[in-house]
Amino acid sequence: MKLAAYIEGIGLLGPGLAGWKAGENMLRGESSYQPQKTVLPPPSSLPAAERRRSGALVKLALAVGLEAIEAAGLNPADLPTVFSSSGADGENCHAICEMLAASDRQISPTRFHNSVHNTAAGYWGIATGSMKNSSVLCAFDASFCAALLEAVAQVVVDNTRTVMLACDTPYPEPLFKARPIPEAFGLAFVFSPEKSASALARISIELTEDKADSMEGQFEALRASIPAARGLPMLQAIAMRKDTRVVLDYLDATRLALQISHP
Amino acid sequence: MNPLWLTHYTATSSIGRGLDQTLSALRGLHSGLAPCRFDTVELETFVGEVTGLEEVKLPPPLAEYDCRNNRLAWLGLLQDDFQLAVRNAAEKYGRHRIGVFIGTSTSGIFQTELAYRRRNAETGALPADFNYRTTHNTYSVADFVRRCFNLAGPAAAVSSACSSSAKVFGSARRMMEAGLIDAALVGGVDSLCLTTLYGFNSLELLSSEPCRPYDAKRNGLSIGEAAAFALLEKSPQHEDDIVLLGIGESSDAYHMSSPHPEGLGAKIAMQDALHMAGLAPSDIDYINLHGTATPSNDAAEGIAVQALFGRNTACSSTKGATGHTLGAAGGMEALISALALKHGFMPAGINTRQTDPSLQLDYLLENREERPRRVLSNSFGFGGTNCSLIFGISS
Repeated sequence: MKLAAYIEGIGLLGPGLAGWKAGENMLRGESSYQPQKTVLPPPSSLPAAERRRSGALVKLALAVGLEAIEAAGLNPADLPTVFSSSGADGENCHAICEMLAASDRQISPTRFHNSVHNTAAGYWGIATGSMKNSSVLCAFDASFCAALLEAVAQVVVDNTRTVMLACDTPYPEPLFKARPIPEAFGLAFVFSPEKSASALARISIELTEDKADSMEGQFEALRASIPAARGLPMLQAIAMRKDTRVVLDYLDATRLALQISHP
Repeated sequence: MNPLWLTHYTATSSIGRGLDQTLSALRGLHSGLAPCRFDTVELETFVGEVTGLEEVKLPPPLAEYDCRNNRLAWLGLLQDDFQLAVRNAAEKYGRHRIGVFIGTSTSGIFQTELAYRRRNAETGALPADFNYRTTHNTYSVADFVRRCFNLAGPAAAVSSACSSSAKVFGSARRMMEAGLIDAALVGGVDSLCLTTLYGFNSLELLSSEPCRPYDAKRNGLSIGEAAAFALLEKSPQHEDDIVLLGIGESSDAYHMSSPHPEGLGAKIAMQDALHMAGLAPSDIDYINLHGTATPSNDAAEGIAVQALFGRNTACSSTKGATGHTLGAAGGMEALISALALKHGFMPAGINTRQTDPSLQLDYLLENREERPRRVLSNSFGFGGTNCSLIFGISS
């Protein structure tokens, strides 16, 4: 079975990368890339109560996921999702661990429900009304490719459009030292089994042991330091509108080879 | 879907190490729940603790993975000749052709909770021996299992709260049907920690007695821990292998910690599993319910089950025996379903005294000595995530 899908929409948010349009120009080298703190938009798609309770990971996921779906001209309520994050909501995790180490261990209900790895998927359902399947994965530094493989397998096997989101946010100290993710970074794709008018690119995936591609300059620093940014070489190939082969870091010597073409 | 065969499996929880002990506890209506003495926890609740984890030693090359959750995983892998089965499969298919998909909700977070008690008084730093990647990180347990067998195929931890290790079957199915792998090692491992104990306490969802699913006077859940593993292959290897026939996955899109009141998402998951299996509700002989024993979960699930199956399908929650093993519950209960199919009985929902009269179901208070041919197992979780699995038997 050929593992291939069409990309109909892209969402991107990271340090100095405010959306796919701006990022595309930078990845193509048409404008210069200046890293700066990631700006997370308020999650206006959530009801007021959930908006107050949502952390950085939820805001990031909603921003990139909805950007990709809007670009594809689709309704998020109709779409299944695959979420991945290498560590879920780090601020919330720190707050809980701090409270549990103190004498008063009464963590709040909101803290607790925000502690699950699928917190972004849960808020996503509330924001979009989608009752479709939502898978939530983690593979440490390999989280991007774990989600990519799961999403494209779903597109092909179940013959369905699927939204894939890979999002990471930093831990505060002292966990930051143990897991130094420097900035919030998120990527999202809408994949489709069939070519449509909105198709931006076609990707075909296989497992390989070939060496993974690295990038130039600031983009390489970003790619190497944030798991969700392991997908940047794929984005750059799409931005360049060049038919090419890209190898992404996955698990140890197991990597993903992507053949990218432009319909 | 193309059927997938559970050619080998093993389960370890508070009711037993391995399948024989688990089966004998189910047959004997034995519960593993006891008053909580875990760590420094001061909560009036019962837990299903796996005893003896303090003595478990990981294989020396993987010593850096040492934490309660990976010890539980290793203890589980030591039962029922499961390691031999995985090694044989790796030899047969090649180590690149076996995927690893393990469900967990909290992985080794307990290690971080302990490390936060040992922070440097001046700098606040965590102790030097703390290893985030190999313990705390959600992927740690899947990574540990993959390295135990030196496997090199696709791998991930599935972490959608209490549906995690039901959904691993979905990931395995997609990867196998896509032709990426020939076999999958799936399972669920979740262990006791303060985050879940104090967390469920904050939601006022912990019972002060052993949990009583579907009881008229149910008053909350009891947390347990478990390690459940299965090897999935595309064809049966033994005469009485269990087969996975259908999977349904859905979302509630309703609330972060409360189920949809009419169990709408649960109903979609069950319907989709039936559809994928090509079965009608009347083809299901027994339902292993999610049945956490919280008032809202059992009400929502009961309504959904009744809407779809009517009042006459035998059902029970086995969480009165094991406690709610959270991210391991889907896997644990998939294997209880497998035991029911293989040994020809339907397990009782123990601790329950009087079933809730508002939920009109054929809820089993005693073991029923009838052979089910097809079993449906439900797993639902925080964030409104739902997964239903349907299993059958070869013959």
